[in-house]
Amino acid sequence: MSVVVYAESSNGSFKKGTFEILTFAHETAKKLNLRCVAITLGNTHDDIQHLSNYGVDKVVNVNAHFDICDNKGIANALSQIAQNENATVFVLSNSNTGKTIGPRLSVKLDASFISNVVDIPQQASPFVIKKKSFSGKAFEMAQSNSEKVIVALSPNAYRITENANSDCEFTTSEIEKISQNVTSAGIEKAQGKLSLAEAETVVSAGRGLKGPENWQMIEELADLLNAGTACSKPVSDIGWRPHSEHVGQTGKAIAPNLYIAIGISGAIQHLAGVNSSKVMVAINTDPEAPFFKAADYGIVGDAFEVVPRLIDEIKRFKSSN
Amino acid sequence: MNILVCISHVPDTTSKINFSDDSTSFNTDGIQFIINPYDEFGLTKAIKLKNKHGGKVTVIHYGPVSSEPTLRKALAIGADEAIRIDGQPEDSFSVAKALSKVIEEHRFDLIIAGRESIDYNGGAVPAMIAELLDLPFVNACTGLDVSGSEVKMEREIEGGKEFVNAILPVIIAGQKGLVEESDLIIPNMRGIMTARTKPLSVVDDGNHLSKCHSVSFEKPPVKQACKMIDAGQEKELVTLLHQEAKVI
Repeated sequence: MSVVVYAESSNGSFKKGTFEILTFAHETAKKLNLRCVAITLGNTHDDIQHLSNYGVDKVVNVNAHFDICDNKGIANALSQIAQNENATVFVLSNSNTGKTIGPRLSVKLDASFISNVVDIPQQASPFVIKKKSFSGKAFEMAQSNSEKVIVALSPNAYRITENANSDCEFTTSEIEKISQNVTSAGIEKAQGKLSLAEAETVVSAGRGLKGPENWQMIEELADLLNAGTACSKPVSDIGWRPHSEHVGQTGKAIAPNLYIAIGISGAIQHLAGVNSSKVMVAINTDPEAPFFKAADYGIVGDAFEVVPRLIDEIKRFKSSN
Repeated sequence: MNILVCISHVPDTTSKINFSDDSTSFNTDGIQFIINPYDEFGLTKAIKLKNKHGGKVTVIHYGPVSSEPTLRKALAIGADEAIRIDGQPEDSFSVAKALSKVIEEHRFDLIIAGRESIDYNGGAVPAMIAELLDLPFVNACTGLDVSGSEVKMEREIEGGKEFVNAILPVIIAGQKGLVEESDLIIPNMRGIMTARTKPLSVVDDGNHLSKCHSVSFEKPPVKQACKMIDAGQEKELVTLLHQEAKVI
């Protein structure tokens, strides 16, 4: 029996979330006394060599190419390998792909599906695991009633730890491909944008910025901190920023190490999406803004004065460190 | 076109979430319930598609009789009929099973669900239905156009968007972008009146076994008081973030 993990990659390179789930899968396997097997789809031998640094016992590379929209085909391939490896726990990232594949896989394998997971299982039998619930307003202990379970791990919830396994076995597998029922007609990449779900730092702004033309300083601050940019719901609703930047209960839920909220009052719906951040900074003109009750550090002041000074201080800090 | 919109009945986004004294269940006292925001985008899209191509919009919800006002609201917004699967669902799989049975019986061309519900956030039901009924599935769908039996869609992917095509019947999990916030329909008096007489049928849930359940809930730990820094002392903030919080 084994813990099987889908090591998702794009164009041969593995994302940060993949190393998080590899670490998570290895530690889950250790706790449950199971083998840890990683599956890669269509990678080269060079790509996958370093997966053994995260404690996996075996890497199975499926020798086939899949479009990312082909969720039916990917789920089919993963389930064949999961069955070969006698998987009792299957780990995915709670990414768009993971959340698309996981439920399909759970039907195929007659397994339960638990998403938004934040920690390794508390116990094996029955299988109990902690997950986020109510859009970040609570945590839930979920129990599987099935012998097999598929878990999707929240991004930035689990720390990556390297754990080299020199005995790691590398194999290649051929699978039976099935016909695709969704086809891709092209991808449009957002330019130079850091994925919000994976960003270590996020700089976010709200209506306090008064207009989309004032986002330049937000982007400058984000660039300095190698951060992603986000915004509040009203800002995306009036079209100052794209919907993909909206964080909050009905937008994206994020969990960066540092979240800087500028000109955002901190409505409960907004906080729900960001309160998993490790450290939060609020900058707002209103000393009564609810964000100051949730933040770790706060400055009451005008964003148009505070942010440029903050940019200068960070530049000074960076040049002296 | 015969469209089905799956509706979740969820606490209003402004709700403070509390649990029973033994922390084993969600305490609904004083909670206002709404149509799940992601589903409302889908419902609005369905009505737009019907206005363009003709057909019918059916809404479906799995829950006890107390959730019927949410279905009536969907009818007031413009759905033609409603189906309530009677029961108290325990997990995504039992919901997917029960919905799949109704979908098979009615032969819908397009099934629209939300990307996730804002209560338990499973985000699993639409993909499970796709697997159970062998349907093409598009997650995080932000745009959709139908011509004949072909559907052109846009979906959010990490770091961008993807354009995808499929042949009806199709199931999608949608989000904002399908329609804009300003497109959402506030029911008028006529809508509310006609909603009372639109058909709302109740079907048995078939008693599908759940594959997982909630054991207990807890709220996130209370944050320590915010450290206030005077405007003009941004240097102090940078020092604190570096030395104390260790995040830069």
